[in-house]
Amino acid sequence: MIITRPRDWARVEANLEEIGARRVFIMGCGQCATVAKTGGEEEVLQAKAAIEQSGREVAGWTIGEVACHEGDTKLTARKHHDALETADAVLVLSCGAGVQTVADAVDKPVLPGLESVFLGNVVRHGVFEERCQMCGECVLDLTAGICPVTTCPKGLLNGPCGGMWEGMCEVLTDRECIHVLIRRRLSAQRRVASGSLAPKDFSKKLKPGSVNLRAGRKETGR
Amino acid sequence: MSRLRDALERGEFVITGEVAPPLGTDMTGLRESIAILGPQCHALNVTDNQGATLHLSSLAASRTVLEMGFEPIFQQTCRDRNRLALQSDLLAAWTFGLENLLVVTGDDPRGGDHPEAKGVFDLDSTQLLAVAAGMNEGRDMHERELAGGTGFYLGAAVFPEAEPWDVQLDRALRKVEAGAMFFQTQAVFDLDKFARAAEELRPSGVKLIAGILLLKSPRVVRFVNERLAGLMIPEAIAARIERATDPLEESIVLAIEQARELLAVADGVHVMPLGVDGAVERIIAEAGIG
Repeated sequence: MIITRPRDWARVEANLEEIGARRVFIMGCGQCATVAKTGGEEEVLQAKAAIEQSGREVAGWTIGEVACHEGDTKLTARKHHDALETADAVLVLSCGAGVQTVADAVDKPVLPGLESVFLGNVVRHGVFEERCQMCGECVLDLTAGICPVTTCPKGLLNGPCGGMWEGMCEVLTDRECIHVLIRRRLSAQRRVASGSLAPKDFSKKLKPGSVNLRAGRKETGR
Repeated sequence: MSRLRDALERGEFVITGEVAPPLGTDMTGLRESIAILGPQCHALNVTDNQGATLHLSSLAASRTVLEMGFEPIFQQTCRDRNRLALQSDLLAAWTFGLENLLVVTGDDPRGGDHPEAKGVFDLDSTQLLAVAAGMNEGRDMHERELAGGTGFYLGAAVFPEAEPWDVQLDRALRKVEAGAMFFQTQAVFDLDKFARAAEELRPSGVKLIAGILLLKSPRVVRFVNERLAGLMIPEAIAARIERATDPLEESIVLAIEQARELLAVADGVHVMPLGVDGAVERIIAEAGIG
């Protein structure tokens, strides 16, 4: 789940002002941004009210099924072709991937309405936590299923750092040190920590990532 | 050869001090500190953007220590440089004549003066120790032969009072495995816990230099307990400083007591005078560790 948060509305206003947009079309996302309560119907309607309050018109709005799905977004754009034609700009309430998909599908200035923050676990309704950074080189087999790269604020493979005190993290002081948790779980499962972990290979995750299953699983960075 | 190494290997009780590079290019204050502490110590640690706050580099300031005729302990954190920059600075350090290297993780940038900075942590301190140990054997971290290697005396940090101890001990032993030949500890307040660390780490041959922090004012006590690490300073010691009519004098007396006690269990002391450089000579003399 891609977790997003609302973008500073003053910045959105400034963006609209810069391009002299009088009519705005709003697009939300039916997947992650709906679950994150940032780009579902409720939030799209709030954005609509805010745009109208600033004296602009809303040319229309919709919530695509999956904003980052190119085919789906093209279809949505086609469905709303007439309203989009009258708009000066499109405001997208989705992650950055969705914003770019819309920008490719619609020949209008497309603006982000959210900030993309992390790949999140849904801990429970409305509670999200980052557990995986998609590093391309998983160490969870060695760390008792707890990712130090993501959940240690410093991303240390070998810890704890010198700030750990009474088992607590130095940076996020209300949390237990992840390296203590890893060790505790390993010993509870009668597993031995496998010595020091080697430095990460960041070439396993080169930007921009791509996978093409149609070309015999062609990937960047591999 | 590093005088620090030589002294430790001969079994001499060593004294290390600490100087902080300036925020800027005026080296006057740094030189003053070096001039006061240098003659008292076997070596001086030169901090690397300590507390994740901007300072002139440890590399340049370590060279200043050397130029003034004293021995620096060049500190490198993993916070500000990736593996290319770290290796390149280690090579540079060796050409400058810096023989002692202390490798630490580094404080997180969000606690420093550039909270918007990206913490690099491309390597952690154990991994960087292994890289430096490799350089001592004439190769880079890709096992390529260097045109001239290094010969660092490798140090690391350990926190003998942090619990859970089994996790700390394991981490310290891995640092030894990676190449650490000496440890400098965070400030020691609980001698029993330090003795426990010494007992378990000494068999590996590593030397232990115990930290002494001059608790010069109640403000420092509060700062350490609130900002640095939990409730590190025990109630009794905190109260002693807070109730003293002359907290600075009390903190010097306390440091003398601590140094005297550590003489029996440590290989040396690392004095962090927090700017009261002039007190170090007295601490050493009155503790009888000079």
